[in-house]
Amino acid sequence: MSVAVEQLTKQFTAGGSPAVSEVSFRAPAGAITTLLGPSGAGKSTILRIIAGLEAPDAGTVLIDGVDCTNLSAQKRSIGVVFQSYALFRHMTVRENIAFGLNVRKLPRPEAEARVDEMLKLVQLEELGQRYPGQLSGGQRQRVAFARALAIRPKLLLLDEPFGALDTRVRVELREWLHELHKQTGVTTLLVTHDQEEALEISQHVVIMEAGRVAQAGPPAEIYDRPATPFVASFVGGTSVLNGHIHEGRAQVGSLIVAAPKSAREGEAVRAYVRPHDIKLMKTASGNGGNSAAPGRVERLKPVGGYVKVLLKLPTGDTVTVEVPRTEFDQLGVAEGDAVHADVRTANVFVGDFSI
Amino acid sequence: MHVSSLQLQRRTHAAAGPAPFRWLLIGTALLFLGLFLFIPLVAVFTFAFEKGAGAYLASLAEPETWSAIRLTLTAALIAVPLNLAFGLAAAWLIARFRFPGRDLLITLIDLPFSVSPVIAGLIFVLLFGRQGWLGPWLAEHDLHIIFAVPGIVLATLFVTFPFVAREVLPVMQAQGSDEEEAALTLGASGWYTFLRVTLPKVKWGVIYGVILCNARAMGEFGAVSVVSGHVRGVTTTLPLHAEILYNEYDFVGAFTAASLLTVLALITLVVKKYVEWRAHTP
Repeated sequence: MSVAVEQLTKQFTAGGSPAVSEVSFRAPAGAITTLLGPSGAGKSTILRIIAGLEAPDAGTVLIDGVDCTNLSAQKRSIGVVFQSYALFRHMTVRENIAFGLNVRKLPRPEAEARVDEMLKLVQLEELGQRYPGQLSGGQRQRVAFARALAIRPKLLLLDEPFGALDTRVRVELREWLHELHKQTGVTTLLVTHDQEEALEISQHVVIMEAGRVAQAGPPAEIYDRPATPFVASFVGGTSVLNGHIHEGRAQVGSLIVAAPKSAREGEAVRAYVRPHDIKLMKTASGNGGNSAAPGRVERLKPVGGYVKVLLKLPTGDTVTVEVPRTEFDQLGVAEGDAVHADVRTANVFVGDFSI
Repeated sequence: MHVSSLQLQRRTHAAAGPAPFRWLLIGTALLFLGLFLFIPLVAVFTFAFEKGAGAYLASLAEPETWSAIRLTLTAALIAVPLNLAFGLAAAWLIARFRFPGRDLLITLIDLPFSVSPVIAGLIFVLLFGRQGWLGPWLAEHDLHIIFAVPGIVLATLFVTFPFVAREVLPVMQAQGSDEEEAALTLGASGWYTFLRVTLPKVKWGVIYGVILCNARAMGEFGAVSVVSGHVRGVTTTLPLHAEILYNEYDFVGAFTAASLLTVLALITLVVKKYVEWRAHTP
């Protein structure tokens, strides 16, 4: 089942800026679609509107092409997983999972079989008689998934499902969710502010900025061809360099990178550079079309497999460069050293700097 | 582990100040407790049994004592369920919704706490009494509220009004509405959600509120005294009964009634303690 929203608008405080403003996008059937954006961008509000927990001021919610905007939450048959788990604390794991089945008055043997099936799906067969308070955060969230999936929902909505968990469990569960989705194939809409999560497990990403859709597309497209400066800076830990157009190319200090064709001579530009798109060298032996710029190593931050190098350019801009550990060891630089930076690729935006 | 707990102990001792000061504080607290709580408690039973168990039981067997017990129970049996229903509805409304007049409702719930019980009783006299607003109409239809059982029930209702709402509201607010929303998305109706999700969540708050409400309903004196008219055996609750007997120098009778209320208070304390303990052990 696919889900689509059209021209969705929601304002919580009269006179304030709307939480969601004329948002339209489509989540394809059977895929994981991610709403990605900073907190306060309106992602959760959209999710709550789709779930029927919030009514939009304007716009429509279409599930499989059918207008569901005025359908109550209890009639939508949408599974929702909340960041806070929202498990019924006075019920056992089994009772939690069976809740939606009991509401539907499913015959007992059938319901029991479904609960068993769900427990197996989320790999918690042993813990059916436990109470939520006796489970770890990761286990609780898996129960929440089982409860939401038990009703065979048309659609699964996940509101920052791993937001309350520590990094290791979060990464594990991300992998687990990927597997789960492969097994169930249910159309899923995930809300997150974690870009790694979004890029890793979704087939479709919708980037939200201040209540509006900034860009929508497959993860690779979002990453490689950001449509706006906001997307470029939000995704990929980019550094921003200021420069101007010179002879059809963007000149950023002594770096020269490709610029949009529409750019006029002398116009101000901003180049968004990914930390792994910069090559560090000890000497200025620029290769390819771009040139290498001199810089000074401000700080070194070893982060496991790679080293984050904070580089100060003569223009005053600071860029972050990620150098793989082995390459860094060969390079042999220390804080304060003069080095040269070669930009492999950058996203250049002209004029509009509103981010 | 052992060492650190020892250190912690020493630190709390140090934080409590030098030993003489500490003992002075503890001594003062104990003295007050003894003077104002323990001695009166003992006194109630001493006076009640002053002339032996026979006199106590005889006083207990008086028809007027029985009618006082009956009336006290009747008032509580009506007031507590009504305030339970109101308290749950009001707490749910205030915790879950934003609406105009919400702040006014919160203030109004607290009104019986801030109004003197005697004034509360007077309000009903002014409303339903012979010279009151509705007095002539009530007299015309032969309805008796003031100096009758309905007045006592009304006064009891009024003074015990806030207890359940006040206990349940913070529990509801603290727990949020995530579980209710989850239930809704799973297809549950509002009523089903209330019975299966909300009520079990706030269960201990409700029980706690009911206990307090009941204790106050049975023990209320001021408001009930004003509307009662002290018709012996008809409109006297236990506290009023105790007062009447005391004024007639029937000390054994007065303290027998008082001892019943004291036992009720002690039971309330034990149950309250148990509920608090249960509420904090998941």
